[in-house]
Amino acid sequence: MITKKDVEHVALLARLELSEAEKEKFTEQLNAILEYADALKKLDTTNVQPTAHPLPINNVFREDVARPGIANEDALANAPEQEDGFFKVPKIV
Amino acid sequence: MTLHKLTAHEAHELLIKKEVSSVELIQAVLDRIDAVEGRVKAFVSITRDEALAKAKEVDARIKAGEAIGPLAGVPMVLKDNMCTKGIKTTCSSKILHNFVPPYNATVVEKLAAAGAVVVGKANLDEFAMGSSTENSGFFATRNPWNTEAVPGGSSGGSAASVAAGEAIYSLGSDTGGSIRQPASFCGVVGLKPTYGYVSRYGLIAFASSLDQIGPFTKDVRDSAQVMNVIAGHDPKDSTSAPVEVPDFTKFLTGDIKGLKIGIPKEYFVDGMEPGVEAAVKGAIAKLQELGAVVEECSLPHTEYALPVYYLIAPAEASSNLARYDGVRYGYRHEEAEDIISMYKKTRSEGFGAEVKRRIMLGTYALSSGYYDAYYLKALKVRTLIKDDFDKAFEKFDVLLSPTAPSTAFRFGEKADNPIQMYLSDIFTMSVNLAGIPGISIPCGFSNGMPVGLQLMGKAFDEGTLFRVAHAFEQSSDYHQARANL
Amino acid sequence: MPVQDYEVVIGLEVHAELKTNSKIFCSCTTEFGGEQNTHVCPVCLGLPGVLPVLNKQVVEFAVMTGLALNCKIAEFSKFDRKNYYYPDLPKNYQVSQYDLPIAEHGYLEITVNDEHKRIGITRVHMEEDAGKLVHAGATISQSDYSLVDYNRTGVPLVEIVSEPDLRSPEEAKAYLEKLKAILQYTEVSDCKMEEGSLRCDANISLRHWGAKEFGTKTELKNMNSFKALQRAVEYEIERQAQILDEGGRIVQETRTWDDNKGVSLSLRSKEEAHDYRYFPEPDLVPLVIDREWVDRVKAGLPELPDARQKRYVEQLGLPEYDAMVITGSKAMAEFFEACLEHYRDAKAISNWVMGELSRLLNAHGMEITESRVKPRDLAKMLQLLEQGTISSKIAKTVFEEVFATGKDPEAIVREKGLVQISDEGAIGAIVDKIVEANPQSVADFKAGKDRAVGFLVGQVMKETKGKANPGLVNKLLLERLHKN
Repeated sequence: MITKKDVEHVALLARLELSEAEKEKFTEQLNAILEYADALKKLDTTNVQPTAHPLPINNVFREDVARPGIANEDALANAPEQEDGFFKVPKIV
Repeated sequence: MTLHKLTAHEAHELLIKKEVSSVELIQAVLDRIDAVEGRVKAFVSITRDEALAKAKEVDARIKAGEAIGPLAGVPMVLKDNMCTKGIKTTCSSKILHNFVPPYNATVVEKLAAAGAVVVGKANLDEFAMGSSTENSGFFATRNPWNTEAVPGGSSGGSAASVAAGEAIYSLGSDTGGSIRQPASFCGVVGLKPTYGYVSRYGLIAFASSLDQIGPFTKDVRDSAQVMNVIAGHDPKDSTSAPVEVPDFTKFLTGDIKGLKIGIPKEYFVDGMEPGVEAAVKGAIAKLQELGAVVEECSLPHTEYALPVYYLIAPAEASSNLARYDGVRYGYRHEEAEDIISMYKKTRSEGFGAEVKRRIMLGTYALSSGYYDAYYLKALKVRTLIKDDFDKAFEKFDVLLSPTAPSTAFRFGEKADNPIQMYLSDIFTMSVNLAGIPGISIPCGFSNGMPVGLQLMGKAFDEGTLFRVAHAFEQSSDYHQARANL
Repeated sequence: MPVQDYEVVIGLEVHAELKTNSKIFCSCTTEFGGEQNTHVCPVCLGLPGVLPVLNKQVVEFAVMTGLALNCKIAEFSKFDRKNYYYPDLPKNYQVSQYDLPIAEHGYLEITVNDEHKRIGITRVHMEEDAGKLVHAGATISQSDYSLVDYNRTGVPLVEIVSEPDLRSPEEAKAYLEKLKAILQYTEVSDCKMEEGSLRCDANISLRHWGAKEFGTKTELKNMNSFKALQRAVEYEIERQAQILDEGGRIVQETRTWDDNKGVSLSLRSKEEAHDYRYFPEPDLVPLVIDREWVDRVKAGLPELPDARQKRYVEQLGLPEYDAMVITGSKAMAEFFEACLEHYRDAKAISNWVMGELSRLLNAHGMEITESRVKPRDLAKMLQLLEQGTISSKIAKTVFEEVFATGKDPEAIVREKGLVQISDEGAIGAIVDKIVEANPQSVADFKAGKDRAVGFLVGQVMKETKGKANPGLVNKLLLERLHKN
């Protein structure tokens, strides 16, 4: 059972700011969805390997060759705020 | 001649016979957009000038006597979650409302090389999360067959644009049914290729291990032709399969005698719309008439697909969408005092409710103490679901089911109930979990709305799907029905 | 209770940037420096839609690192995402390895106070580096805003985690020195601490002697030199001992070392909730490293510091200490061996390399690779010394000149007229002159004061600007004094 406190903790991990109404609603909805998920618990998966990738491919590499990237102005073209070729962010701590 | 009604292969014939120019084709489609877009609302952006410029290039090549490929000069639409260099790519999200990629997705490069002409970017459920396109951060797209009904989702704009004649064909992406379900709702052909067949490079990720790009077309031949262009190994995508791509049109023989079709019994559930069931059963009878051997089969873990999907997809999404933080691109909340509050306000204002819900769900499923019970468990049950298919395909060449339990529903009908909305993808998400291909083709109508038939195949065996779909199409005229707008 | 009453337990986590041409998941250059945000592309900027593709050389280097540290290489290994928000991390997750790292269960050997000790290596894993933050103010907390440069984002790293086997700041330093030498010998990393290509975090705890349980640990970051590591660890031990003495409890936390002030500071942030939510990176496929691959890398491993040290002792007859110091740096060992090609006396070379050369390098804050002294020059100078062409005193002068100018020692000796005077007649004349000029010293000698000889030799050397053969001066002077 997810509590409102859990929802607040998860929201912080996910960097989301939720209104009181959203917290209530998400608490209820996440519980409803996770109730569905609880159906999985009745399956015995003791000797089952997890499938993280649908295709059984291994060892995909590129060669170690350096190539030019994009220009500074292109890198910053979408930046909400910039200064001297840097991305600018508000106070960190 | 109503050029916007053409299929790509018909348009190609006219182009090479010089009966029509690419500019005329593009103009016809742009005119159609002008005429109906106000009612359909399929587009996030329309790229008129770029399209006409590209069409002129193709016309020049035709004039110079160059041989052109089947997609050259033909107008098409991209779902707005595929990156287009210099053209805004939004994922229908406020958080990316102004994002202009400095690079092209691999499919965009491949289409450009094939001479395809992009006329616009199609609306979607924000970040491809949804089944109705009501979750678009901008506006809802309407179903051309009935503008009171949803077009399905998440690739609703891509499906609706083709059904409305605003594009000859389009590309969508499918994570749990986002191509097949809207194809079914809009009466067009929609293919979700095998995972790894079409490069994901430049497709803005929702759930990386499930996402796959595929075509919406007016018939099966076009679907095969688009796959001929977009499929194939891409060194920029580590999950791209290193396999040869056949000429998919070679499979369009019309002959399915002796082909074994399995009908998974778990896909015929209570509460299915009667007209849907009737149309699908009619299609089964038709396929038997054509010589296919049809038998019931079982995919016993089907009931777990929904919970597995709703743990894996949100978990991956919660991480994939972490990058939208207001630092490098997209929306930023301007007045924050420090970075954490900037992150929180940016993301809370930039994302819509469904996206936030899934981020919350996924973050929870991965969080310490719950990982094993939810995420890892889901990955294990995913294996069981995949094994079900492997077992079924030992006996059958393809599996058949309805694409969705109903036809297109009305706006708002499921918007407040996430689980009801999620259930509309109940027949499609197993295919993504297993990584296999699935195609939805029109197979009739229920209450005047199109019904889709889903065919599921072995990994990298799109050829057989095309063969069956094409044989069925040849024996019916559902694919020729067009929405009256 | 004084510090000695506690047993110190230290484990180190070392990050080394791998010396590849391109980044771990894209083709951007790894070159250090460069204008901000110019070594970037859509992939390392984490733009929407991009995908990573693993640089094969990173795997080669990681396998090599694992083997050089006596680890078992994993047959099956994978990448995972480590999720946390920080502006230097473009995707807000770091691609790293969590439960299946590429190498585990290794060790390296250190020597402290002539005692040899084996330090366990828990694991070696691959990951991507983050970008760099530039703060508007003097420190991060004094800044109203920060600036981000993503040039370093995606530079490949190996993280090497030790077992908590280290028991003193000296052992920690020796471990890091040995690890650095191994990484340099295998040429997987430059290990330039000042450029951040070698970084070290320390986990430190104290416990009473004999206690079985570990005490609560703190994690110490931001130690940018060997000296800083030692000081920071010493400081942290004192700090913890004091808290424990006062009956307090150690708070498990991350602390940052301020080398200027010589203190560590807590990095706790009020809103920080640590939960990295690791899960398998779906955009990368697993790694399967077969026997053949491991064997091939193993066959290509160079001679490592321990083996080289042993060879220097057994084959060249160097004292254990000399061999350890020389092999402690790959560049120094290579210089030493290059000298050996031109001059056979290993001990004479090691004396000069460890002595004068190291002294001058330290004084100038230089690396041996930056030195103008070529191995052939040192060898030549040693030959001049051995042949008696120059005196050992002059040799130091010549060497300083070679160090400063990079000139050929023979040319220096010739140009500056530094050739040793070994002509008996010439020295005899000077001896006569000095003896005559210093009657008091001569008288002292007669009175049995041997010290007077030293003074007179000194006077002769001074007269000849140090060029006189000291043996000859001694001999002729004594003869002259006895003749009187």
